[in-house]
Amino acid sequence: MPDLTEKKTSGDIPAQRTADAPAPKQEKARSLGSDAWHDLRRKPIFVISALLILLLVVIAIAPGLFTSVDPRAGDLRNHYLTKPNYGSFFQADWFGYDLQGRSIYARVIYGARASVVVGICVTAGVTILGGITGMLAGYFGGWIDTIISRVTDIFFGIPLLLGALVILNAFTERTIWSVVFALVALGWTQMTRVMRGSVITVKQADFVTAAKALGAGTTRILFKHILPNAIAPVIVVATIALGGYIATEATLSFLGIGLQDPTISWGIDINSAQKVIRTAPFALFFPAGMLSLTVLAFIMLGDAVRDALDPKLR
Amino acid sequence: MTTVIENNQKNDRLEVGTPLLEVKDLHVEFHTRDGIAKAVNGVNYSVAAGETLAVLGESGSGKSVTAQTIMGILDMPPGKVTQGQILFRGQDMLTMGNEERRKIRGQKIAMIFQDALSALNPVLSVGYQLGEMFRVHQGASKKEAKEKAIELMDRVRIPAARQRVNDYPHQFSGGMRQRIMIAMALSLQPDLIIADEPTTALDVTVQAQVMDLLAELQAEYNMGLILITHDLGVVADVADKIAVMYAGRIVETAPVHELYANPAHPYTKGLLRSIPRLDQKGQELYAIKGLPPNLLKVPAGCAFNPRCDVATDLCRTEIPALHHVTDKDGKELTGRRSACHLWKETLHG
Amino acid sequence: MGRFVARRLLQMIPVFLGTTALIFFMVHLLPGDPLAALWGDKAPDPVQLAALKHQQGLDQPLLQQYLSYMGNLLTGDFGTSLDGRPVLDKITDALPVTVRLALFAFAIEIVVGIAIGLFSGLRRGKLFDKGTLVLTLLLIAIPVPVLGFVVQTVFGQNLKWVTPTVQDSNDITQLVLPAVVLGSLSLAYVARLTRTSIAENIKADYVRTAVAKGLPRRKVIGTHLLRNSMIPVVTYLGTDLGNLMAGAIVTEGIFNVQGVGHALYQAINMKEGATVSGFVAFLVLVYLAAGLIVDLLYAVLDPRIRYA
Repeated sequence: MPDLTEKKTSGDIPAQRTADAPAPKQEKARSLGSDAWHDLRRKPIFVISALLILLLVVIAIAPGLFTSVDPRAGDLRNHYLTKPNYGSFFQADWFGYDLQGRSIYARVIYGARASVVVGICVTAGVTILGGITGMLAGYFGGWIDTIISRVTDIFFGIPLLLGALVILNAFTERTIWSVVFALVALGWTQMTRVMRGSVITVKQADFVTAAKALGAGTTRILFKHILPNAIAPVIVVATIALGGYIATEATLSFLGIGLQDPTISWGIDINSAQKVIRTAPFALFFPAGMLSLTVLAFIMLGDAVRDALDPKLR
Repeated sequence: MTTVIENNQKNDRLEVGTPLLEVKDLHVEFHTRDGIAKAVNGVNYSVAAGETLAVLGESGSGKSVTAQTIMGILDMPPGKVTQGQILFRGQDMLTMGNEERRKIRGQKIAMIFQDALSALNPVLSVGYQLGEMFRVHQGASKKEAKEKAIELMDRVRIPAARQRVNDYPHQFSGGMRQRIMIAMALSLQPDLIIADEPTTALDVTVQAQVMDLLAELQAEYNMGLILITHDLGVVADVADKIAVMYAGRIVETAPVHELYANPAHPYTKGLLRSIPRLDQKGQELYAIKGLPPNLLKVPAGCAFNPRCDVATDLCRTEIPALHHVTDKDGKELTGRRSACHLWKETLHG
Repeated sequence: MGRFVARRLLQMIPVFLGTTALIFFMVHLLPGDPLAALWGDKAPDPVQLAALKHQQGLDQPLLQQYLSYMGNLLTGDFGTSLDGRPVLDKITDALPVTVRLALFAFAIEIVVGIAIGLFSGLRRGKLFDKGTLVLTLLLIAIPVPVLGFVVQTVFGQNLKWVTPTVQDSNDITQLVLPAVVLGSLSLAYVARLTRTSIAENIKADYVRTAVAKGLPRRKVIGTHLLRNSMIPVVTYLGTDLGNLMAGAIVTEGIFNVQGVGHALYQAINMKEGATVSGFVAFLVLVYLAAGLIVDLLYAVLDPRIRYA
């Protein structure tokens, strides 16, 4: 931070010319990426949320590691809304039993898969689709930009949850993939806008002009010069949006238009538990708590990544 | 056209030459992630009514930080005044209460900023922004304030002021915007104006017009002017005396023409040599070698020594004091000082 | 300003056409058959289905169907629900309650959100600011259904400050709890956005100018800083109306508020596809109109947009 004492001062006197060259802290200069990583590792919020997410992903991949109980096996006669036994760690009755006599602990564990898969797949889908369209619109401009931008405007006219209601309404049998489809179909334009804006900014940078002047081809310019420099805002928005997609899936499932039995989803369990919220609040508490924790982990991660990648906000 | 001026005519206007502002041994630091940056290290200067002091220096020399400290608009934190006094008409502004200080800002000391486009509020009309001075400091009504704004715009020669008073900053050209900044600074006829690079953001042709306007109004109202710049060309025409700053210290002060004719510090010498001149066409242009110092790691001794052609071992160990300068016969030159161990050699050699 | 309004209205036409077309195709091109739902879980009778299709014009070419759909939308016909009532009737019945709830929530998020954001932006890094960051993060992370139930349980059942569910949807005092829940997510975003915007703008040159002019602190903040900082917040508020409408479905369902969201929630549970689409089409139109209003407000705030 050599220039902290002065606002913009362009060089008018020649001595200034030399003075305006990149300032003396060069030995410490790092790329934005490694600088961000350097910052992130030191942030407790990042470390905590990253560990949480890692745990969630492991649970989603191998729920069997955490419980040997079948989450779909109900024992109405013996276990209808049995209260939790907080002492029996990792056992079937740890979090109690639900309306159908199923182990809430097992369902909470198995429910992670739906949330994590929906979250990651939707984010990947919108980032790829939005990233490509945004890059095309931003780089080529002209009629390509006009068309993509108008289509984006149209999609922005439909709030995510409302549109998802209509799309999912059309599926009689809804799986994780129909939810992913609905959210990607409606959500990609958000990334298009972010990518387009970012590419337009980068496109005007001198190093792109320089690459062009040196005769680099379009593909090379796009992938070697523009993409690496334009991707940061997209990563930030995508990480934060991931938590939002998980919350949207749970909300849809809660409303009864998202996932269906036999898929296990925290949203479905929250919905069925609401009927007994007075007598058995634990049936709602655990899936709701896990859901909140998951969304929180992704949003915290997004926050930390944004702070690291957006030096302006430091 | 001159009613604004007449209405505001103050009986306490000072005679030419009466000291207005004295900065005494000012130290300012910035606390950053990477350490403490000493931006201003014991600066002294003074301005009298009707006088123009040019403060010259590169980025990071501390010239703007000093000005911001005088104005009371330094961001604190990270900035911090650790030592010194700023006397305005004999009163130390650094020990004043906030409210007292606020009343001096805009009324007694006004500032003109470098980039008028960002210094003017983009979402308020220029008329509102000019009128605000009268509404806040003099309790003028909305209507009066607007009339005064129009007069001011006329005064700084903005064409069709009455039609344009409700326009927004982005609708004016760069030169016109800077005139509005000047009008704003002059609105309450302050005793002192601080102009921080007032013409840097402008085209060369417009620069001269704006400087002329500023100089003309200064003379008319007998104001003190501190002109902060890195442009030696701007200084020559308007300034009475110059203070050259480097790495938070004043390295040379002199009446303007003496400094141009005969600099007493190698840094000033270097700056002067690096001005392109018509009679040197075809020759390589001189440039001071190296870069200005990192304020977190200012070199030991004279801060300029790594870039200096004549530096000795003394320069690398001992910080030079701001010496009084004498001519060849040993007679003291009034107003001339140099912070160089080798000032004699530089001045007379 | 007039030209800006005109241009903005013209720009809305393609968006309106595109959005409605999108909804139409989502309803008609996706695999499900809205009429088949009439038979519930049983297999539909093919003869009756064909007759119904003919009666509702569903056997006509898609383009013709689209044109008549557009004609219907423009004349305020949002379809008929399974009980034979026009969807518009159901909407107009429920609309006043929802408008009241949404405006209440909107007011809460604007007033409280901006106030909190302003304070933490001005005291960046201090205790209040850190507290705001943590609390808003929690609000953002807790999905609306969860928050709804928590608030309902704590304030309705345990503390008994209010009735857990709304008994009379026309009684504004009973709407306090649902409005707080509905507005909370956006409140968190508004607070964070205001905070960032204030913290960024406070370093702006024009704020420095305002201080240098000798303006009192409240004028520097109120006139110069706040107004500029509101520009991104207003942009957010435009898109936020969509969140509010979607959130109303959940909130009204939980608190039994007899509004549009509740009716839509019921239609979803009854698997009334046509009613759902009709409701959504209506809400999207409201959303577009609200977006237009916000854009105009945006232009009032920022002259650079007006004269661009």
